Amino acid sequence: MLMGYSFADLGSIFAMQAFAGLSLFSVFLLMALGLAIIFGQMGVINMAHGEFMILGAYVTYLCSGFFSAFLPGLYAIYFLVAMVLAFVVAGALGMAVEWLMIRHLYRRPLDTLLATWGLSLVLQQAYRSIFGAREVGVELPEWMMGSTHLSETIDIPINGLFVMALTVLITACVFAMMFRSSWGKKVRAVVQNRTMAGAVGIDTERVDRYTFGIGCGIAGVAGSAFTMIGSTGPTSGQLYIVDTFLVVVFGGAQSLLGTIASAFSISQAQSTMEFFLSGSMAKVLVLLGVVGILMLRPQGLFVIKVRR
Amino acid sequence: MSAGDFSSDRPSALRRKLLFGMAAVPGLALLPRAVAAAAPAASVNSTGLAVTDSTVTVGILHSITGTMAISETGSVEAEKLAIAQINEQGGVLGRKIQVIQEDGASDWPTFAEKSKKLLVNDKVAAVFGCWTSASRKAVLPVFEQYNGMLYYPTFYEGLEQSKNVIYTGQEATQQILAGLDWVMKEKGAKTFYLLGSDYIWPRTSNKIARKHIEMHGLTVAGEEYFPLGNTEFNSVINKIKLKKPDVIYMSVVGGSNVAFYKQLKAAGIDLNKQTLMTISVTEDEILGIGGENIAGAYACMKYFQSLDNPNNKAFVPAFKKMWGEKAVIGDVTQAAYLGPWLWKLTVEKAGSFDIDKVAAASPGIEFKGAPEGYVRIHENHHLWSKSRVGRARADGQYDLVYETPDLMEPNPFPKGYQ
Repeated sequence: MLMGYSFADLGSIFAMQAFAGLSLFSVFLLMALGLAIIFGQMGVINMAHGEFMILGAYVTYLCSGFFSAFLPGLYAIYFLVAMVLAFVVAGALGMAVEWLMIRHLYRRPLDTLLATWGLSLVLQQAYRSIFGAREVGVELPEWMMGSTHLSETIDIPINGLFVMALTVLITACVFAMMFRSSWGKKVRAVVQNRTMAGAVGIDTERVDRYTFGIGCGIAGVAGSAFTMIGSTGPTSGQLYIVDTFLVVVFGGAQSLLGTIASAFSISQAQSTMEFFLSGSMAKVLVLLGVVGILMLRPQGLFVIKVRR
Repeated sequence: MSAGDFSSDRPSALRRKLLFGMAAVPGLALLPRAVAAAAPAASVNSTGLAVTDSTVTVGILHSITGTMAISETGSVEAEKLAIAQINEQGGVLGRKIQVIQEDGASDWPTFAEKSKKLLVNDKVAAVFGCWTSASRKAVLPVFEQYNGMLYYPTFYEGLEQSKNVIYTGQEATQQILAGLDWVMKEKGAKTFYLLGSDYIWPRTSNKIARKHIEMHGLTVAGEEYFPLGNTEFNSVINKIKLKKPDVIYMSVVGGSNVAFYKQLKAAGIDLNKQTLMTISVTEDEILGIGGENIAGAYACMKYFQSLDNPNNKAFVPAFKKMWGEKAVIGDVTQAAYLGPWLWKLTVEKAGSFDIDKVAAASPGIEFKGAPEGYVRIHENHHLWSKSRVGRARADGQYDLVYETPDLMEPNPFPKGYQ
């Protein structure tokens, strides 16, 4: 399929394609980070992760409406406010859910799966009742739309750049929190040995609640960012959940580094194959590849040794 | 409202109007109904349907929960509006329509189960419902076994015909061929890139489109499908940039649309310069996509909310009055609105609610009050209707740029296209 094109054409297409791959990578990573914390660190299979993302998207939608009605002068920066709010709202709901539901189910992982799946249905119907069944359109401020025109054929989407920058920032924050803060130390201690962590004075329940809250909060931020590239409707969260789990499981559930590596390899494989094959075929091959590798390495790409 | 003026012979339309005028006088309110309801229930209903001397019961079967609620809500609203209007005008054969609404919950076996409930327990005289082909395929055997009547609103891939179904949307050739001819002639298009979601409707539609394009000696530069719900289109957008097709031909559905148009715009493709024709984005979908992201694209269907005709000018305000100022009306919503009216007209022609008589009386039924203009039921239970091309505006509406001069014949089993 590459016959009959000039070198300049090919060069620019490869550049754009590389960018498409990186952009998909940052989307995958942003989706997966929240879940990596919740599933990886706490072992909770949170089927409602997508709905927490959409909560963030709806917060952004409300913010956009609020700013254009009451603070039109500040409309250009509403998105930043919306992301912070999305984190707070999704995080707060996450903590409430942890307190009401999840903490009673820590020793029964399959039950959490069912319970959070039920929660996802409840949330979907709640969104439908509040915001209506139809998708809502989130308007973006002017500066976030369009693309930078690098050359005749190379256009870099600004929202793609924005998502990338955001992903780098949030990944850095998560790493700082997990490996440089006392909270992170406590989380890792609880993951490695809950009883022992409790015995040395760590309030494990509190750690759990905050961990779950932060995971959900990050999901909210991701959802907020995805209003730029995807749809916002009651069931939109379902679009992301499979890819999210795929990335986290493939990377090795307990390793954040694994999540990054797996997001990178899946996204690159997918966007390259999408270019040479058709969309559905690319997806099939990626899934086959993941299944194959997981058969050889059931624990995922990266593993942290944990004493059980 | 002018939609009431659908009768073909002038004198009787006039008489009906006079009767309605009398109905407005409180003291005489009962008179016209008493006259109209002269026929006793037994004579208009020989098969035990839910018909009394003053009422007739019908079913509405759509998803109001689950993924498909996004699309099906509009259909429910349109059907309820039509039924309310029919009741205002005295009902069907002098009987008020009562509605039993069931939720298909976006789950095909549920659709089958609920349709059985409507037909067997509730004995409804007609069902207005279903949206996806999958749900229609799930209920079809039920309707055929228990002999029910289904009015199905969605434009769909064709390749089906049943005594028990009236298809009020367009089948694939009606929707596709006129639009392709227009874009070939007006835009001088030579190369096409076909892009769809990966299921039966886009695949069948593109098969027809490809045949038609190749019959004209033109080129299909690419044909691709993405899984339902796919949200990443950057790779294919790059491919489109490389191949530079004259027309991007879109049949991507649902939330994927939002992602596609946002990414297309972000990648610097200007729809005022690149011709894009969609057969899957109605005004409903634009709400989620955002008008500014799709402005300039062409859509090919049979109805746009902005159509300028007397019927539509009465229909749009009536719809907004019932369902709110912000409501938008897409192609399928309008097609759903036709269902109850066509059924009423058919029952009155047949002089009976019996399913067999209604099915037999259906061909040839004309509805002059349709918001899209005049429609007529074909022998094959699909509708004769016009095809139209609209151009998306930034405010989420379409400007009509072309309509076929004549009604398009429905042809669910197109020869040479399979």
